[in-house]
Amino acid sequence: MGHLVEIFISSILNNNIALTFILGMCPLIAISTTVKNAKGMGLAVIFVVTITAIINYPIYSLLKATGTTQLNLLVFIITIAATVQFLEMFLEKFIPKMYNAFGIFLPLITVNCVVLAVSLFFVNREYTFAETVSFSFGSAVGWFVAIVLLAGIREKMAKKSDVPKGLAGKGIAFIILGILSLAFIGFTGLASIQ
Amino acid sequence: MNFIRLKYTKGFNILRDGLSQNNPIAIAVLGICSALAVSNKVENAIAMGLGVTFVIMASSATVSIFRRFIPSKVRMVTYMVIISTFVIAVNMFLQAYFPTISKALGAYVGLIITNCIVMGRAEAFATKNPVKYTLVDGFANGMGYTYVLVLVAVIREVLAFGTILNYQVMPDTWTNWVVMAMAPGGFFVLGIFIWIIRELTKNYEVTTE
Repeated sequence: MGHLVEIFISSILNNNIALTFILGMCPLIAISTTVKNAKGMGLAVIFVVTITAIINYPIYSLLKATGTTQLNLLVFIITIAATVQFLEMFLEKFIPKMYNAFGIFLPLITVNCVVLAVSLFFVNREYTFAETVSFSFGSAVGWFVAIVLLAGIREKMAKKSDVPKGLAGKGIAFIILGILSLAFIGFTGLASIQ
Repeated sequence: MNFIRLKYTKGFNILRDGLSQNNPIAIAVLGICSALAVSNKVENAIAMGLGVTFVIMASSATVSIFRRFIPSKVRMVTYMVIISTFVIAVNMFLQAYFPTISKALGAYVGLIITNCIVMGRAEAFATKNPVKYTLVDGFANGMGYTYVLVLVAVIREVLAFGTILNYQVMPDTWTNWVVMAMAPGGFFVLGIFIWIIRELTKNYEVTTE
């Protein structure tokens, strides 16, 4: 149990998927102009990443059993696309409130590299099922933390600060991310991901 | 004279678009994840850039060939399958011939699938154009991606290890900036790089606020 908590904490802080592995940058930059949208996208990512990792784990075991692991990329991406599609239909039909909250973000998630990366990382690190769940949930929460932090800073900056013209928008977002990422390096050694 | 005529051909315009006017990284800010994650060494950046170029060209051409047969409702999934097939090919090629680079790139080779540039070119260009032009377009965008990646990698490798392609270029007294090899270095270099490109091309981002 302690081991699982360690993986969870580690994947939020010192192995943050956005700030140390630099993944999921396109939506992170594009949807971080307001905190409200950032929260919607972040929650949708938590939801999808955890579910796809749970589905992909038994599928990968199946691939391993039949000796076709080189096909994992193809199979994972189809699983992810299908899961997202299914979730969209399911939420629209049964939980319309949730669907309205992050409806527009769901289709975008298929091309969010965090989802695929989490599935590839559990393969590389040879996690057990429980570890995979803890790691995928932790990584998604870490991504949520990163996008909300970035959006909060950008929202304030848009009102108060005088950014050079060429740096405005995406340029300054990278500088902010760099500083955030430096801050997260401070957590190094806090917990181990293995 | 030839050059002037070349300027007005469609192929030339597509090429210029991908390399400078609409450079996928500097102007459109697509495909950043891999650009930052693998640009701490020049050799990784070159391998990644060529891999992405190959995948863009091959998948765009395939999409273009089949563009009349793909129903628009399932087109995204179809593109995904086509793209991931080529990515698997690149991954196996790297594993077989360049095992050290393959190890350094790790999961990021697989993540070419979710590189928005590949999907973006398939969706925005290949569905509307014949194979001939999609190959030029794929090449232009791939090279536009590669040269930015290599430039960023040169800056980071020199500052972080004092080397370029593992040859020592800095004097022995050089202190390595370890931070440049890690994530923050990538963010800072790319941020400043975008700034310079935007100042040079006067292509500013219009803020809506």
